[in-house]
Amino acid sequence: MSEENRDAVPDPLAKGGGSGQGPLTPGGDAADTPPEAIRAIPVRHYGRWAGAALVVVLLGMLVLAFANADIQWSVVGRYLNHETIVMGAVNTLWITLLSMLLGVTLGTVLAMMRLSGNPVLSAVAYGYIWFFRGTPVLVQLFLWFNLALIFPVLNLGFYSEDMNTVITPFVAALLGLGLNEAAYMAEISRAGIQSVDRGQTEAAQALGMSGNRTMRRIVLPQAMRVIIPPTGNEFINMLKTSSLAYAIQYNELFLAGRNISSRTLAVMEMLVVVSIWYLALTTIFSVGQYYLERHYARGSDHTPPPTPLQRVARQLTSFRTRPTLPEPATATAADGGTRHDGDGTNGSGDGTGRRGDSER
Amino acid sequence: MSDATTEAHGAPDGATGTGPAGGNGGLMVKAERVHKSFGLVQVLNGIDLEVRNGEVFCLVGPSGSGKSTFLRCINHLEKINAGRLYVDGQLVGYRQKGDKLYEMKEREVAFQRRDIGMVFQRFNLFPHMTALENVMEAPVQVKGLPKSEARRRAEEMLERVGLSDRMKNYPAQLSGGQQQRVAIARALAMEPKLMLFDEPTSALDPELVGEVLDVMRGLAEEGMTMIVVTHEMGFAREVGDSLVFMDAGVVVESGHPREVLSNPQHERTQAFLSKVL
Ligand SMILES: Nc1ncnc2c1ncn2[C@@H]1O[C@H](COP(=O)(O)OP(=O)(O)O)[C@@H](O)[C@H]1O
Ligand SMILES: [Mg+2]
Repeated sequence: MSEENRDAVPDPLAKGGGSGQGPLTPGGDAADTPPEAIRAIPVRHYGRWAGAALVVVLLGMLVLAFANADIQWSVVGRYLNHETIVMGAVNTLWITLLSMLLGVTLGTVLAMMRLSGNPVLSAVAYGYIWFFRGTPVLVQLFLWFNLALIFPVLNLGFYSEDMNTVITPFVAALLGLGLNEAAYMAEISRAGIQSVDRGQTEAAQALGMSGNRTMRRIVLPQAMRVIIPPTGNEFINMLKTSSLAYAIQYNELFLAGRNISSRTLAVMEMLVVVSIWYLALTTIFSVGQYYLERHYARGSDHTPPPTPLQRVARQLTSFRTRPTLPEPATATAADGGTRHDGDGTNGSGDGTGRRGDSER
Repeated sequence: MSDATTEAHGAPDGATGTGPAGGNGGLMVKAERVHKSFGLVQVLNGIDLEVRNGEVFCLVGPSGSGKSTFLRCINHLEKINAGRLYVDGQLVGYRQKGDKLYEMKEREVAFQRRDIGMVFQRFNLFPHMTALENVMEAPVQVKGLPKSEARRRAEEMLERVGLSDRMKNYPAQLSGGQQQRVAIARALAMEPKLMLFDEPTSALDPELVGEVLDVMRGLAEEGMTMIVVTHEMGFAREVGDSLVFMDAGVVVESGHPREVLSNPQHERTQAFLSKVL
């Protein structure tokens, strides 16, 4: 207390003798010689240690349980790259890509319709979204698959065909998944476009840019920042939701697994195989999404979060350099360095795009 | 993306419509009984004013008096409901054939806006582009300038506003004053004949106001025609050639800034000035 007071009152006569001062008291002559770095005993987190120990024990028990479970890991290994399974994974990827393409394209059109200011277009888009968001995908898949029951023949005037020939499991899956997705993408795009400040459009128009060009060069790139994270989540959801198409005989990953297990009776094994594949696919696309978000985040942050690779590289160098710095002065600098690394890790942890799974 | 496709390069057909000012007649802007309403709210109630070539024209008035709206009418961001508005002798946003007015197509309006630079209170820089890209955008996209030429010119403009060392920075990495100077450079890159400033320093921290006003002062000295909505009476007094006091959508008083500011005639002007000075 008294020391603080003495510091606060400027006393021209007091000679700044730094001798009798403790390491934690900022001296009057702090400007001349920097105070010694703080070396306090850190707070002990006993709770954390206990929690970590508990979780490790539980994890060990889980691993042990699975190791002794009645599951044949050799079968899992054998079927992991079985032709049927790989084919199923390829089909899953294929239907996901095509459905998302259909969903994004049609969704953007629907978003533009809703924002067009044309009451008819806006109402039609609204009606579409209302129907496709309001009914389960599984029901929609069956609706498309059974279309021949009510329209036996597809007649477009110039083209006529038996409906059962047109609606293959693939076509039904694509329509069911893609048209449903469009309803979600419409809302995502609309929110993205509306999130861009009106001042941006005005600035572009004041410079003489046309409406189309303003949309393409100014509004959409900024809307992307809002659109991409939920779209990435939609994509990853679609990878998994596409498994519903097994019900209409589309030969995707889950159906491939089932076909094998009904033959070999290795039910659990095939479910594990299929899960490993789904995990691999979703992981790959999560990483892709991360880099895409990073790209569209430019200009929004002062510096973009480090990529996982950069983070690893930085951590390696910090491991390497830390022990070779003996001097206290340089040790302070090294502390600063490691703290910065820590920040980087946390920051990019936020940036992995896992903000709120889509609320489906 | 591709710099080959650009907006209209030449004047769109029939974008003439010369008004009574005739070619320009020394007047950059001429407003005749301009009215503007938003629904039932009458915002501009017959604005008459003239801005001469090369003049620094200051527009002051209380908040909500319609200053921004009037500026936005000048480059047709808002449509006027009645009266006539000419820029450089041409009717804004309409074509007159005989005694009939035809609304201009989007393309023609955009063409008119190229020559009118606008600086906003909140900068409105494009956040996804660097300072340099912000300044290059319109010359490349609108005028179809080759990238290299646009870059050269953008660098020149940024140097002029004292930001040669900030070209690669994104707006979020710049201070308010720096952002506003980039915004001025962005407008200047289109080589406008008229610059509109809507309270360019109102969103700035006090210590940053000076750097923006300095750039504007430099522009004025080079002879740029400028309409400046501002509460910086010092700037108006020192740099302004004429000043208009607006209230409730009408011009209350106008004259030379020094006269109006030191000897306001109208009591509404007096009341306003006693608050801001
Ligand atoms: N787009 C708009 N829709 C409805 N009212 C508006 C709109 N823009 C401005 N106004 C109204 O017009 C009046 C004048 O606004 P403005 O021109 O911004 O005034 P100033 O710039 O002088 O403060 C205000 O009452 C404002 O609420
Ligand atoms: Mg205003």
